[in-house]
Amino acid sequence: MSLVRVDDLGKTYRIAEKQPGLAGTFRHFVKRRHRDVEAVRGVSFTIEAGEVVGFLGPNGAGKTTTLKMLSGLIHPSSGSVEVAGHRPHRRQKAFLEQITLVMGQKQQLIWDLPPLDSLRVNAAIYGLDQGESRRRIGELAEMLELGEELTRPVRKLSLGQRMKAELLAALLHRPAVLFLDEPTLGLDVNAQARVRSFLADYNRRFGATVLLTSHYMADITALCPRVLLIHQGRLFYDGQLSALAERLAPYRQVRLDLARPLPEVPWSDYGELESCEAREVRLLIQPDRLTETLARLLNDLPVVDLEVSDPPIEELIGRLFRQGEVA
Amino acid sequence: MNGRIARVLLSTQYAYMLEYRAEIALWALSGVLPFIMLGVWSQAEAASSLGLDRIQLGRYFLAGFVVRQFTLAWVVFAFEEDALQGRLSPYLLQPLHPLWRYLAAHLAEQATRLPFVAAIAATFFLLQPETFALAAPQRLLLALLATWLAFALNFLLQSSIACLCFWSERASALERLLLIPFLFLSGLVAPLEAYPPAMRQLAYATPFPYMIHFPAQLLAGGPVAVAAGFRAMLGWLLLLLPLCLLLWRTGVRRYTAMGA
Repeated sequence: MSLVRVDDLGKTYRIAEKQPGLAGTFRHFVKRRHRDVEAVRGVSFTIEAGEVVGFLGPNGAGKTTTLKMLSGLIHPSSGSVEVAGHRPHRRQKAFLEQITLVMGQKQQLIWDLPPLDSLRVNAAIYGLDQGESRRRIGELAEMLELGEELTRPVRKLSLGQRMKAELLAALLHRPAVLFLDEPTLGLDVNAQARVRSFLADYNRRFGATVLLTSHYMADITALCPRVLLIHQGRLFYDGQLSALAERLAPYRQVRLDLARPLPEVPWSDYGELESCEAREVRLLIQPDRLTETLARLLNDLPVVDLEVSDPPIEELIGRLFRQGEVA
Repeated sequence: MNGRIARVLLSTQYAYMLEYRAEIALWALSGVLPFIMLGVWSQAEAASSLGLDRIQLGRYFLAGFVVRQFTLAWVVFAFEEDALQGRLSPYLLQPLHPLWRYLAAHLAEQATRLPFVAAIAATFFLLQPETFALAAPQRLLLALLATWLAFALNFLLQSSIACLCFWSERASALERLLLIPFLFLSGLVAPLEAYPPAMRQLAYATPFPYMIHFPAQLLAGGPVAVAAGFRAMLGWLLLLLPLCLLLWRTGVRRYTAMGA
């Protein structure tokens, strides 16, 4: 049975609109004009227990609004949500004990105190006795490579250390469902990698279900076999990441290193020319013609080195969103 | 909320408040309005117009200062900031009503404030030794209870206003609007006995006298209707508690997790 069920979910915000200038200010004061903004429209999907799903979309697509509804932070305007057998917006104790929402750059740790103080509070709130909370803190701290940082005031920690401590605080009660909104936002490459490997490890050890949004495709490709793509509040793709790449880019990228520059070659006979700089040539070739084309290239041209790869997924998705090809 | 959560929340908030001890000392010092009013009313003619001698006046305003220090509530400001900046979101996702956190923060702040208030009161007695008197234990206990209830009243009133943050982003403006009636009707600027009867009647129809005047009179040993005062306090508490919970329940549905 699905752990997360979302059916025809919608959220509409009422936004007050104000024109610029003094006249606009007076008009706004006397008679406010409102506009309904549909942040999420008719979104449906399910997530099975233990799955790690990436939630992708440009800024303002409705990712965070969806996560807020799934975690029970805001009420849906339409449709229904069920997480771990609960209606999230009711925020019942049994539900809250099973979920967590981590928002990058937002913190629950008390700023002027060491993380351990916030962890003590969380342990008490979730009813963990001292022995159990010590054990869990030790275990998670080891996974996150946190040590004496836990006894330093939060304000003295680096962004990466703070994010890891935030994760520790958010996972102390060992939630079954993790909603992660940009958990690696602003972190350097090393810190991002550590957070990613921690999340993968956490998912393996505890079988947690994860729904993750990130602007860093490396997070998605490293963690999420399945992705949901959302644009202008509507879900338009739900499936395997590899299949998405297939759908978005029905070709392979072939990089050739030639023995010498060959400006006269009719590249269109082989595939779509992406770039040609001195001895390095990049071609896009359809998969069903790949073997035959590679054989011809090797036969016809003085190829020193050859590399076949999928185009980077972030490039494909970025192009998709930019071109608005998602309607 | 159970005993362990209360203990941990209080000790953590106390540690947090200690980080801000200098600021809290300044807050305590800034609450000297009763002493200013004491200076104003201490003029012989003014004092006699209140029907109180200098010693009674001194005790009343010192008691007013002490009660005010331990009944202050700032939940509306903290809550408003948290709601606007999205800091309320993680609180809402934990199985503990967020208002408990604010309550713990207030109590911890009072504990931090205690030594500063004691120092100010000691200085007052040094300067005006004739005002020093030990209240009877029973009266002192009643004053403590009344001060605690006065804090509960103030906290619930402010929490109810804070819940309006779900409708308006600047609910604290309403709290500021209440400051003037509070100052005049609570007994902070003068004992209510000095007011004309109609004004006094109006004051007693509001919760404000029970936030300062009633506990201050108990502490100062002044004339006060003990049973009627406690009855009125309980009445206001029974009105404000469900109001606050209703506003919370209705308002939290409108929460949009701004800034998060």
